[in-house]
Amino acid sequence: MADSQSTLNSAAETDAVIDVRGVHYAVDGRPIFAGLDVRVPRGLITAVMGPSGTGKTTLLRLVTGQIYADRGQVAVFGREVADMGRAELYATRRRMGMLFQNGALLTDLDVFENVAFPVREHTNLPEPLIRTLVLTKLEAVGLRGAAQLMPAELSGGMARRVALARAIVMDPEVLIYDEPFVGLDPISLGVILRLIKQMNDALGITSVVVSHDVHEIATIADHSYLISDGRVVASGSPAELAASDSPTVRQFMTGGAEGPVRFHYPAADYATELLGAERR
Amino acid sequence: MRANRSLEIGTGLFVLLGVAALLFLTTQLPASGMKFGFGKPAGYEVTAEFDNIGDLKVGAPVKMAGVRIGEVTRIDFDTNSERAEVWMNIYKKFNQIPMDSFASIDTEGLLGGEYISISPGGLQTYLKNGSRIEETQSALVLENLINKFFANFSNKSGSGSQGGSKGPK
Amino acid sequence: MSDGSREGVLEGLRKTGVTALFFGRLLGACVPALGRPRLIIAQIYNAGARSLIIIMLSGLFTGMVLGLQGYDLLHRFGATSALGTAAALSLLKELGPVLTALLFAGRAGTALTSEIGLMRATDQLTAMEVMAVDPLRHVAAPRFLGGLIALPLLTAIFIVVGLFGAQLVGVQMMGVDRGIFWSQMQSAIALKDVTEGVVKSVAFGAVLSLIAVNEGYHADPTAEGVGRATTRTVVASSVMTLLLDYVLTAAFL
Repeated sequence: MADSQSTLNSAAETDAVIDVRGVHYAVDGRPIFAGLDVRVPRGLITAVMGPSGTGKTTLLRLVTGQIYADRGQVAVFGREVADMGRAELYATRRRMGMLFQNGALLTDLDVFENVAFPVREHTNLPEPLIRTLVLTKLEAVGLRGAAQLMPAELSGGMARRVALARAIVMDPEVLIYDEPFVGLDPISLGVILRLIKQMNDALGITSVVVSHDVHEIATIADHSYLISDGRVVASGSPAELAASDSPTVRQFMTGGAEGPVRFHYPAADYATELLGAERR
Repeated sequence: MRANRSLEIGTGLFVLLGVAALLFLTTQLPASGMKFGFGKPAGYEVTAEFDNIGDLKVGAPVKMAGVRIGEVTRIDFDTNSERAEVWMNIYKKFNQIPMDSFASIDTEGLLGGEYISISPGGLQTYLKNGSRIEETQSALVLENLINKFFANFSNKSGSGSQGGSKGPK
Repeated sequence: MSDGSREGVLEGLRKTGVTALFFGRLLGACVPALGRPRLIIAQIYNAGARSLIIIMLSGLFTGMVLGLQGYDLLHRFGATSALGTAAALSLLKELGPVLTALLFAGRAGTALTSEIGLMRATDQLTAMEVMAVDPLRHVAAPRFLGGLIALPLLTAIFIVVGLFGAQLVGVQMMGVDRGIFWSQMQSAIALKDVTEGVVKSVAFGAVLSLIAVNEGYHADPTAEGVGRATTRTVVASSVMTLLLDYVLTAAFL
């Protein structure tokens, strides 16, 4: 990035790596976000939580510049994503790593080549150096032995660890995890949790974890946002959220079916519909 | 993807095959001077001169009593005699064709291709490599025949119906 | 009802626009993609080498049928010497390019669409985007170029194998003279006839690869969506092949 920009925004940058302010976004007229505010401070683990369908993945797409907000600002490293040209957007993306829910490994490449992929794409490093780099990252996620396997031969947890190795191979400043705990057995889950924490502590990578696994997240997050109905309904440290007396937070943290977040899809009154059923 | 030899060899083979096929189509098909050499039996070369070869082409068969005994290998124009010179490859096993045999250019059916028909003579010496067939008869050119027919017809010379049935020679 | 049909027209227009815009971006991505010949080679292998057997078999039998039918037809006019010419002209100008294109759509086109669609459905394309790798350049363009190169080569192979199939039946089985078969063919066929076949196959290669890549790239990211996109590839490819065939034939007359 140009120096002028970084000096211009240095104050904002040290403060928040990702800054989402008052974002409105709608798909086919259905609002996903209505005034969303999320700030991700440098060097910390920030959790974004919320029930399914609250647009957590949409938030990630906004941050990586795959889609643009209808209204409001999305700034990354102090620069407005919407103002970036293609080259700057791509340069910004290289400073970020993202871990997809299912790993999103390239199916026609083996584990080693998957991790090597960003390196080969963006650098002209000599082969021995690439090899060292890739094996180091694979070792970090405990899968150096699996280097020659194809993605189809990996379990869900292993695929996600390979994807993590790929996400960190270019030494990003920010790592974004999209639902990293979904569908994992307890052992794999523990491994991933430890890895996230480790990446954050050892490498100083700013982390954003999008998840609805409240209890897992609570063990590692420094700061949490709870999103519902297109806006942030609560934020704070895990302890603060756990102590909150807001009904929405309570419902989400304890998993109740009744509460501000409806378990039932909007419908006519149950009794009325049952009684009226004969007419159909 | 790296060092995937079988993939690269497969692709190379495919591209080579495709390019060869393309070359075959662009150079061999339209060029009338080309000779298909596959399965060509060994033989000896004989030449003959014709006043007019009509539509005869390289590759056309040489037949004797309707049996294929060889094929036309080259056609050229002899500036000295001002006649067409035709080279033929006669298969090795037909090695007892009399020197005084007679070569004519005939047509297979009404619309068919033309070929050289050899009628055997009576000599005990036989054609060999480099021999020349002296006795020849030109191609029957349909247009000439029709022209002649109409010319005779308009002259009301009675015998028009058979005029020119045996070429100009 | 008129409202529905209006919606349909607008949707059709939108799809055409999307495809055209995609084509423009794809062409733009082809230039840098040329700097990665390894990726294109892999796609020539996928689209071409892996279709070789089916193309050669189909070519052989098409040629053999031409030999039989052509002989039967020409025999009635006593013009069996034109068999070579007839077979070669039909193969060069029509059957070769069109049948190869249809087979290509079924074999390579569907494979392309489902592969790219699956990459879309499993977030592989998004992952590339986020890794600052343009999937258009890395995935779509090499596949488009691979198809564009492979189809004309396949067509040429189809035609040549077909010619030998026709000669197999016409000469070896029905007894047409081999010399006449080939010499008549050679003298009757002009370079223009060969050019027509080549131009057609290149055009089919471009259109079919575009359709396959486009459908895959824009497939709904679900298993069902990929399946539907694959079906659309076959339908659109077949219709476009025949339509374009008419246009090009008319242009060459």
